[in-house]
Amino acid sequence: MTQVNRIEGGQIDRSNTLKFQWNERWLSGHPGDTLASALLANGVKLVGRSFKYHRPRGIFSAGSEEPNALVQLRKGAAQEPNTRATTVELFDGLYATSQNHRGSLEWDLMAANDLLAPFLSAGFYYKTFMWPKAFWEKLYEPFIRSSAGLGRLSGRPDPDIYDHGYLHCDLLIIGAGPAGLAAALAAGRAGARVILADEDFCMGGRLNSESYDVDGQSGANWAALAVTELHAMENVRCMTRTTVYGSYDHGIYGALERKADHLATSEGKPRQVLWRIYSQRALLTAGATERSIAFGNNDRPGVMLAGAVRTFVNRFGVAPGREVAILTNNEDGLRTAADLKAKGVQIRGVIDTRKGETIVDTTGRKALKSVTLNNGRKISADCLAVSGGWSPNVHLTCHHRGRPTWREDIAAFVPGGDLPPGMTVAGAAAGHLTLAATLADGHESGARISAELGHANAPGDTPSAEDEPFETTAFWHVKESKRRAWVDLQNDVTTKDVKQSHQEGFRSVEHLKRYTTLGMATDQGKTANILGLSIMAEASGKTIPETGTTIFRPPYNPVAIGAFAGRARGKDFRYFRLTPSHKWAEENGADFVETGMWLRAQWFKKPGEKGWRDSVDREAAQTRKSVGICDVTTLGKIDIQGRDAAAFLNRIYSNPFLKLPVGKVRYGLMLREDGIAYDDGTTARLSETHFVMTTTTANAVTVFRNMEFVRQCLWPDLDVHLISTTDGWAQFAVAGPNSRPLLQKVVDDLDLSNDAFPFMACTECTVFGGTPARLFRISFSGELAYEIAVPTRFGDSMIRGLMAAGEEFEVVPYGTEALGVMRIEKGHAAGNELNGQTSAQNLGLGGMVSKKKDAIGSKLSERDEMNRDDDLRLVGFRPKDRAALLTAGAHFLRRGDPEDMAHDQGWMTSVAYSPELGHSVGLGFLKRGSERIGETIRAYSPVRNQDILVEVCSPHHIDPEGERQRG
Amino acid sequence: MRYSALQILKEGLTGNKGWIPAWREPEPKAEYDIVIVGGGGHGLATAYYLAKEFGVTNVAVVEKGWLGSGNIGRNTTIIRSNYLLEGNQPFYEFSLKLWEGLEQDFNYNAMVSQRGILNLIHSDPQRDAFVRRGNAMRLSGADAEILGPDEIRKMCPYLDYDNARFPIQGAIWQPRGGTVRHDAVAWGYARGADCRGVDILQNCEVIGFVMEKGSCHGVETAKGTIRAKKVAVCVAGSSSRVMEKAGMRLPIESHVLQAFVSEGLKPTIPGVITFGAGHFYVSQSDKGGLVFGGDIDGYNTYAQRGNLPVVEDVCEGGMAIMPMIGRARLLRMWGGVMDMSMDGSPFIDKTHIDGLYLNAGWCYGGFKATPASGFCYAHLLATDRPHETATAYRLDRFRRGAPIDEKGHGAQPNLH
Amino acid sequence: MIIDHPLLGPRDAAEFVVKGDASLIGRPDGMTASPEDMHDYMYLRDNTAGEHRELWYHEQGDRSWLVVTRNTLTHEVTKVELARDVARAQGRSR
Repeated sequence: MTQVNRIEGGQIDRSNTLKFQWNERWLSGHPGDTLASALLANGVKLVGRSFKYHRPRGIFSAGSEEPNALVQLRKGAAQEPNTRATTVELFDGLYATSQNHRGSLEWDLMAANDLLAPFLSAGFYYKTFMWPKAFWEKLYEPFIRSSAGLGRLSGRPDPDIYDHGYLHCDLLIIGAGPAGLAAALAAGRAGARVILADEDFCMGGRLNSESYDVDGQSGANWAALAVTELHAMENVRCMTRTTVYGSYDHGIYGALERKADHLATSEGKPRQVLWRIYSQRALLTAGATERSIAFGNNDRPGVMLAGAVRTFVNRFGVAPGREVAILTNNEDGLRTAADLKAKGVQIRGVIDTRKGETIVDTTGRKALKSVTLNNGRKISADCLAVSGGWSPNVHLTCHHRGRPTWREDIAAFVPGGDLPPGMTVAGAAAGHLTLAATLADGHESGARISAELGHANAPGDTPSAEDEPFETTAFWHVKESKRRAWVDLQNDVTTKDVKQSHQEGFRSVEHLKRYTTLGMATDQGKTANILGLSIMAEASGKTIPETGTTIFRPPYNPVAIGAFAGRARGKDFRYFRLTPSHKWAEENGADFVETGMWLRAQWFKKPGEKGWRDSVDREAAQTRKSVGICDVTTLGKIDIQGRDAAAFLNRIYSNPFLKLPVGKVRYGLMLREDGIAYDDGTTARLSETHFVMTTTTANAVTVFRNMEFVRQCLWPDLDVHLISTTDGWAQFAVAGPNSRPLLQKVVDDLDLSNDAFPFMACTECTVFGGTPARLFRISFSGELAYEIAVPTRFGDSMIRGLMAAGEEFEVVPYGTEALGVMRIEKGHAAGNELNGQTSAQNLGLGGMVSKKKDAIGSKLSERDEMNRDDDLRLVGFRPKDRAALLTAGAHFLRRGDPEDMAHDQGWMTSVAYSPELGHSVGLGFLKRGSERIGETIRAYSPVRNQDILVEVCSPHHIDPEGERQRG
Repeated sequence: MRYSALQILKEGLTGNKGWIPAWREPEPKAEYDIVIVGGGGHGLATAYYLAKEFGVTNVAVVEKGWLGSGNIGRNTTIIRSNYLLEGNQPFYEFSLKLWEGLEQDFNYNAMVSQRGILNLIHSDPQRDAFVRRGNAMRLSGADAEILGPDEIRKMCPYLDYDNARFPIQGAIWQPRGGTVRHDAVAWGYARGADCRGVDILQNCEVIGFVMEKGSCHGVETAKGTIRAKKVAVCVAGSSSRVMEKAGMRLPIESHVLQAFVSEGLKPTIPGVITFGAGHFYVSQSDKGGLVFGGDIDGYNTYAQRGNLPVVEDVCEGGMAIMPMIGRARLLRMWGGVMDMSMDGSPFIDKTHIDGLYLNAGWCYGGFKATPASGFCYAHLLATDRPHETATAYRLDRFRRGAPIDEKGHGAQPNLH
Repeated sequence: MIIDHPLLGPRDAAEFVVKGDASLIGRPDGMTASPEDMHDYMYLRDNTAGEHRELWYHEQGDRSWLVVTRNTLTHEVTKVELARDVARAQGRSR
């Protein structure tokens, strides 16, 4: 097919021809075309199907307000549903298909819905499909769902990348039509830092679509010169293909720049960039959107907004039809006729509602054939240009929930008084619907805002244009029309639906919208909402402003979810924190696990080991038998210094800290202020004024934050300073009976004998001949154990040195799993027990909470319900049948009790297989648990299909007296 | 008018001219037995159950705006009963059971659609916690299963199994979870209450309470004084502002939760899916839009709008588990104001003021609770005793030291 | 949002963590307070619709706790102070 409807003129590059595919058919167009203009040039009228009735639809607009011409662009994983043909720039090889039909676009089986329309009126689905009850989910809903939606996702990962960027400016100008360009010129010349953004690929807005002159030359030429001048200014950034989609707090705007959507492939570069623009001031020059008129069968392919017809003719050199009729309620109708005539397109009639003429019906199933007037006259036409007036694009002015106000003279909503702070509106967006006024308003606004921001260079002259008249008399729908008249084209909302909504009591604008789905399609009712509102106003006997307006919410136009996510996807969803021994661990067969942001070694597989349990059992057993080493750098470390450091810690921890001697470590239990157990760890006193705290890995950040809160907000004059040193020190646990001889080889001049360096001792020292270190004799495994810390830069050499020194003891590295096994064997609480819901009493640590001092959480921990005798207590469990494996998350029930919540006795928190004991061991919370040692109860886990008997025992499965760690 | 396929047929053949208003637009009477403040989902449900289950029909629902304009009008429509704690689980299971019979009960198709809810698991501790939760659900008579990655892959082949930062290790699956057409719930309750004699007074803002000798005897409204034997406040999002008129401070902060919907897409996502290593939950509506959300913005606010960091965080979560949605476009985002309570759980209780009752603190989980909240509040109002599934939702629970803290974050409302 | 840090100038709110009502500075003394006082401090909030003084922590910055006066209806920030100064002005010391 050739470009049968291509006419002269326009801003397309005829020297280049682009080939593209539409529904598997090859067509051609030129650079500068949109997919819509190229389709029209090729004589394609039918481009899609409506949502509910599957009515044949054609191109309705020439911009982002398009309700009908939604296509699936590209193929494979890059397939992009619901893409507006009117905003897609044509590129060579473009592939697009129509959507929302079963069978071909021409013969859509779902079009049968149209015949059932009387039974599918507003809200019909709320009134039926209820009987029999089971049929909803089995029959009705699957059927409804199967016809839901428009385009289709590929089901495959989006192959493109998206970037995020941040920009700052004095003045953000949104829209580069006449007002925006005039404002940018004035502000740029005045010296302000300006960002000028426009969603189109070509700046100029309506200047490119109309035949007006500015400063004695064509509007399009003037725009091109203005853009050239702006490009030359260093203080102005011009951004085409950039939609400012939302206004946020404190002058922040969201914008989407389409970087590669107009290219055949993005070639590895970002497809789109999501900008956050920080502005001092913003000027909204987003223009206005033309609206339709509702009359019988006004949805046929070929019925088009008049402004769009002018755009296709003037900008793209395409005649949307050969015989064009015009329906208008304002001066734009005549303008359209003049522009078309100038291009040699035949005008079949100008029907002006102000003269009492209107259209009641149309014919032509897949393309418009004729229109019928209210006087009965039938006019043949293959294109009908409709202008129902213009609605200023006030959307962004409402993003802070401001409401627009009604202006009767232009029959439109204009920006209200409560704009987002810093925003000004100019041009058509402010209700100036003539070119001269728009240019003057833009120029004046740009100059004034710049001056207010202190940029006082000369803004230049106001661009001049002929002040053509704009007169409109509101005309919304043709009452005498007996046929269905569409209000919302995409969602198939007709005037009857709006009236029925009123009839059934859904009269507030929000009810109207929700009941009929008016304005909820992908175009958000840009061309439809005001029509629906006017019909509701009429039915209610109210004015339009009394009837109200729905709130506009971001985004102005839909934004790809991928753009919001940016680079944060796949492995890059969140950053990685690696431990100092990570490289060494990789070399030694470690299997890593995500622990918050950290990657930690969970076990080190040896040749011949079949599953993870083999490795973990070996690591735990060898540690208890000889010695093992584990990287515990991920534990939070906080350096606390100052004359009041001890007093400060005494308020942070629930147990006493004032009298901790220098050179000693103490276990500390932190409560939240609400009295619930929060975190635990050890704190070492290195000097009178210097402490080093460890926290759990999970709470490292929030514990530090809370300590700063206590320091700065509660007791601001305590002499104490905090710094997080989690990343500053590499720390290793060295555990097992041979930990002492191993470490003795490592430390310089330090006696590690039990007398000289007993359990809970600490010191600063050096290792390997001068490397600074800190040594703590603490044990999480229950063995004789130490933790040794060196500055992080020595972490890698430290693990290598320790492993070499331990060779004679057959030292093993152990991972988080063996760490977990040993702490469960020993009965230490960890994350599964310290889950933010348990008290010190629950943990069996109630005695630690000092009543002699005021510490965070101590007061509220005294509340009655948290101190009940029948409350949960942490105890140990082992399977009655020692061969059985316990399950974490099992609930406890008394033998013989029914399985219900009323008889719930608690739950198993942590389990492990103990290689030392040769059976599974568990920890858990049990009602009155500490009084029930020896009892046999059920561990019931229906989601794991498990129900076994367990014996209640001490949580300290091994060495309950603690002889090993003290030895 | 009873709604049915036959009625639709009849009306369709006669030009749809016979439909009558779904509710009246009555003028307020001088006095009612009970005035419910707030015509959102919970308020309308309360009125409905008062009339239907407890025979109390001399009731008014007083609404500042249009009926259903509470958070029932803006939410992510999810229903489920996958709660952990004894104070919550039976209540939410009761609610789910009411959802299951709702349409036949009130003769309105709210499209209760039990396509299941899948909470993904990404770590061992999370699995332990979900096993505990699943068992608690089973003990309460709810349904729950733990699935492995292979089973999930069969159900949702498009999730990121191979390149995820936090690999999918399993899921807890509640087949009876699902979604509901949220506005229709408000309309169904309103219609059901109205036809039983309840007056729904729209555009009737409450300005104050009628207080006599320390007791509450009605409300002052934009349409004049309305006396009542009992006043039942039910205005989540504005609870502090309304109760302040009675001199009460509440254990509640107001926060904004944003929610999002994509353009309409052919059906891809069967039920509800939630990400376990970030803030993202998603379902697909019967119209084809992906309906999704995440965390609250975190700062106190009464403005029904949020900011970009959370929008990005939510979309990052979405792309992390289902990278196919990158090319779907976000169509609309909105913000609703939530009553964030100090433990993440609600209140259905009498206040210390005679005649004044409070239903509040639903955080961002109020939608699924709508039927049970209405039922239990109606029970309390009608009998002055809490319903057996709502005995824990007392205002004094913090004094006693009995918070109902599902997440374990303590008295920090923006973390619940 | 943008927080105008008294020491560092305007910073994006994303650098901060927000805790809530600045009344949390007024912690009663745990040894002398009644259970009721402690309960009210911990759990009750004015939850003001309008000017709200609240605590923000510059976690990805200098780790200052700030008291931000911000309107909860419009999000307008009218004042930003160091929480330490506010605490001292309220008589808090050691």
